[in-house]
Amino acid sequence: MTNTHDTLLPGIIGRRRAATLPEQPPQLWKSVKPKKAYDAVIVGGGGHGLATAYYLAKNHGLTNIAILEKGWLAGGNIARNTTIIRSNYLWDESTAIYEHSLKLWETLEEDLGYEMFFSQRGVLTLAHSVSDVRSKRRNFYANALNAIDSEWLTPAEVKKLVPIINISQDVRYPVHGATYQPRGGIAKHDWVAWGYAKAASDLGVDIIQGTEVTGFDIRDNKVQAVRTSQGTIAAGKVGLVAAGHSSILANLAGFSIPIQSRPLQALVSALHEQVLNTVVMSGAVHVYVSQAHKGELVLGAGTDSFNSYAQRGGFHVIEHQLAAAVELFPIFSRAQLVRTWGGVVDIAPDASPIVGLTPVENLFINTGWGTGGFKATPGSGWVMAYTMAHGTPHELNQPFTLDRFVTGHLIDEHGAAGVAH
Amino acid sequence: MLHIPCPYCGLRNETEFHYGAEAGVAYPDPNALTDREWGKYLHIRANPKGWLAERWVHFAGCGRWFNLWRNTITHEIGPVYLPFTTQPKAPGNPGQEGSRA
Repeated sequence: MTNTHDTLLPGIIGRRRAATLPEQPPQLWKSVKPKKAYDAVIVGGGGHGLATAYYLAKNHGLTNIAILEKGWLAGGNIARNTTIIRSNYLWDESTAIYEHSLKLWETLEEDLGYEMFFSQRGVLTLAHSVSDVRSKRRNFYANALNAIDSEWLTPAEVKKLVPIINISQDVRYPVHGATYQPRGGIAKHDWVAWGYAKAASDLGVDIIQGTEVTGFDIRDNKVQAVRTSQGTIAAGKVGLVAAGHSSILANLAGFSIPIQSRPLQALVSALHEQVLNTVVMSGAVHVYVSQAHKGELVLGAGTDSFNSYAQRGGFHVIEHQLAAAVELFPIFSRAQLVRTWGGVVDIAPDASPIVGLTPVENLFINTGWGTGGFKATPGSGWVMAYTMAHGTPHELNQPFTLDRFVTGHLIDEHGAAGVAH
Repeated sequence: MLHIPCPYCGLRNETEFHYGAEAGVAYPDPNALTDREWGKYLHIRANPKGWLAERWVHFAGCGRWFNLWRNTITHEIGPVYLPFTTQPKAPGNPGQEGSRA
């Protein structure tokens, strides 16, 4: 197949590109018009929505499914994150669901038949103060009890693992130690979306872009159909997987959820030689950084302090983060910033996800993954699919339903979530 | 960075303020509520796409709380008002979120 971009490029550049780039398949998923009715409709064509549809088809044999995406496929947070994957959370419930997700990651490329540069290069989480050391060591012991691979490293051991890091003790954010999860890592986020989209489409799932949900037909407290910009689509079951826009959808269906939508930014540098072969996170100074396969440094910032649906954040948030990043990694001072972007993240009061039933029958919700949803993509889709197929949560997401905001059984992961908010 | 008009100190940078989410949520009588209602009071705050009446505190200035209307799509700031005073009308359509169920 001819790559049209290459034919437009003159001379040597065109020939070189054609020689080095693999040919793209013509289309990864089928473009379809929505049918009048589906057994299940997933609202939201991001990573979690695509994964939900894939596991509904693969694990539960439900293939008369549509994914409705108001924009374009994978245009939201799946394309706007820093691709960090790990499972070293504090509480048993979180560890169980994130570890299930990490195990799915470990075989995902074979499972989907799609390469996604999944790389278990390890995740380092730094501690910068006495209280930070205490809470990180608590995390480390909790992980050990849950049989999560986790190590405690001294500053010298951190330096051995990451030679470019500054471990001087007389700086604003000295490194006092770190937890390390060797099985953690990164993946190429857009390829994750394409892999799930292709696999779901191959199993018969209809992926419908440019279709916004404008309401729900609900009779006898049971969802009957989804009203969209392309007309009404009857649905046996509906799953809301819309991240930062979940509150809007929940309110269209007549209930409220404990979610606040905030901007979260990330940024990327120009390409550099490989200098960083692990992921480094620092919750205390709002820095998390890895170096992608091509060589760009990928950095994430903290959330802006206020509610927003704009996919952008304040520059002072980035300045604050880069000041700390340059102190930790002095050679970054010469790196050039190429691009910054923002996503709208869905934050629950306890920084834990919400996956389960809603007050409306046959209407299910998957939200609240907040600042760390990418790592959960396979696990989230897996438990959401189970919940929709069986009409009841899987034991892994049983603790993460809306009920906890009535019972008070919150799962406070503000400390382990990595990003302060 | 937002430029926030503190009603006491004037226009200041956002970094001098802390955010307080939805304004005007009255403290209920805990004993009069069911668990569900109490959970709603504790955990659920408005999250509209559009105009939102919200609280801010000028921690690096006067240290006082106040309310303002702000658009969560454009970040435009509307009328500013003090707690326990009448809420001014939203400058435009209050967010799409609709009524609180």
